[in-house]
Amino acid sequence: MSLQMLSWLVVGGTFLLYIGIAVWSRAGSTKEFYVAGGGVHPVANGMATAADWMSAASFISMAGLIGFSYNGYGGSVFLLGWTGGYVLLAMCLAPYLRKYGKYTVPEFIGDRFYSNTARVVAVVCLIIASVTYVIGQMKGIGVAFSRFLELPYEQGLMVGMFIVFFYAVLGGMKGITYTQIAQYVVLITAFSIPAIFISLQLTGSPIPQVGLGSKMLGENIYLLDKLDKIVTDLGFQEYTTGPRLSTLNMTFFTLSLMIGTAGLPHVIIRFFTVPSVKDARISAGWALVFIAILYTTAPAVAAMARLNLMETIQPGQTDNLVYSERPQWFKNWEKTGLLEHEDKNGDGKIQYSADSDINEMVKIDNDILVLANPEIAKLPNWVIALVAAGGLAAALSTAAGLLLAISSAISHDLLKGVFRPNISERDELRASRIAMAGTILLAGYLGFNPPDFAAGTVALAFGLAASSIFPALMMGVFYRRMNTQGAVAGMLVGISVTLFYVFQHKGFFFVQETAFLGDMQANWFFGIEPNAFGAVGAIFNFAVAMIVCRFTAEPPQEVQDLVDTIRSPGMPATS
Amino acid sequence: MQDKQQRTYWQANLRLIATLLIIWFVVPILGGIVFVDFFNQFRLGGYKLGFWIAQQGAIYLFVVLIFVYAFKMNKLDDEYGDQA
Repeated sequence: MSLQMLSWLVVGGTFLLYIGIAVWSRAGSTKEFYVAGGGVHPVANGMATAADWMSAASFISMAGLIGFSYNGYGGSVFLLGWTGGYVLLAMCLAPYLRKYGKYTVPEFIGDRFYSNTARVVAVVCLIIASVTYVIGQMKGIGVAFSRFLELPYEQGLMVGMFIVFFYAVLGGMKGITYTQIAQYVVLITAFSIPAIFISLQLTGSPIPQVGLGSKMLGENIYLLDKLDKIVTDLGFQEYTTGPRLSTLNMTFFTLSLMIGTAGLPHVIIRFFTVPSVKDARISAGWALVFIAILYTTAPAVAAMARLNLMETIQPGQTDNLVYSERPQWFKNWEKTGLLEHEDKNGDGKIQYSADSDINEMVKIDNDILVLANPEIAKLPNWVIALVAAGGLAAALSTAAGLLLAISSAISHDLLKGVFRPNISERDELRASRIAMAGTILLAGYLGFNPPDFAAGTVALAFGLAASSIFPALMMGVFYRRMNTQGAVAGMLVGISVTLFYVFQHKGFFFVQETAFLGDMQANWFFGIEPNAFGAVGAIFNFAVAMIVCRFTAEPPQEVQDLVDTIRSPGMPATS
Repeated sequence: MQDKQQRTYWQANLRLIATLLIIWFVVPILGGIVFVDFFNQFRLGGYKLGFWIAQQGAIYLFVVLIFVYAFKMNKLDDEYGDQA
């Protein structure tokens, strides 16, 4: 059977499964639509959270980001940041927000700071962060279809939108939860199998996390030592030690990603679906277990696939691959534009080097590492088909979670919360379905016409979540004295500082010409790159909020009582 | 629940969070980033220790920290009369 047929079969099979789940888990009330009825088992929610969290970027791009762009050790910021955030979430946010027992993140902010202004500011932050994030998922769906199934990008996107539409509009959070569980199983299988194969081939160990620390099969040298030697021979920094810019930058980058992760609304609302506060705590642990399976495998894939790729194109220091004898996978990926070779010295051979004057591999796209890995390692076709299904599962599950966060903010926070408080349960459920449908169309539109700045925006989503939402929630729980004025001022300053820093380097709204400081390292504040600035924004948010609240009235008694309630053990009698 | 009881419960929660978050910060940031060169002198099989902390060890630690928090707090909830 051809690879293409096989891919269609595997991808089609998973899609049928998602649709089947959607039909079975139709939502009948707003409680089911927003929080899946509130009865999801903590382990099941952990699995759904893992799929919700791990996006097309985690699945397709992260290993390559670590292996190439960040040259190994520098990529640790993603591994640490995107997992460490769950510790903050588990201890500082999830249990108390679950205890509060409502449906959305802006709803908590609105009630806690007794202000519709605060609620609307939170909705705006949520929508900017989530919409920028969802564009990346939509692109991921289109790209996965066009590369693996040779369907045009636009048609692939349409199929993806149709599937999400079906289960998200019909089932809301309930449908999303159960499809995410299925999607987790698909994506983790698809990520692990090639990793296990490549680890076996190189080191003889079937566990990639062990293989990465083992000796090469049949050689008396550790895999990482060999990789260090190969990359330094070609002029790169050592794979296991070269930092990203500086120690300070790496620290802030890591902290920004941690805080941003904890503040992303589509992740937080997953913890509203479990039955109790105790379950919310346990569930966060399970979520990280399921995430860690992929996140500890990814660095192994990064190092091993990089080693494989380099040994193929440059088997020794002078022993270069002749271009006309390049393997089939090389040709396949050249066609997609992800790999590009330019014979600069005209000798018909491939030179790969850190020196851009000599280097002839003018383009090695990060995504190639995961996408081409099965071919480079000469794995059977069904593994390649599985990788396609896994990438789609990762993109679909994250897109659905984001879409729910956006649509519930519109129907529950804006419509019911601000404009029509007396709306009936039935009308709200209908409104939430319409909001969901509208959001999917908007996300699809942005997927068809990705704005120029789309590439820079996922980092922006983390920056916004870190500098606005996380501090507001944190102070809402841990600082009883915090009032409306402090919280709103903090959020506005936090976002402004972060946006201003990103924009002055990357251009206002990412229009290059307006970047008056330019995208150069010398101007970066203490050498901190714009992507790493969320933590600084968060510090501003905390500081401004503390100062402003000192000079303004303390919150009313009933709000202080509310804070006491969420700090008490057990569940409120009302829920 | 009485005010005093509620306060001791909350204090216990804060102490636990503070302890665990110190570990959460120190191990990856100091062990995996700031003093990584120092730890890289040591080895764990083929891994340099600092590199291992940054790309493997800290992630395992995060999982352990969350479960320690969950079990301790859930026990505390029982002691302080969680009816749920």
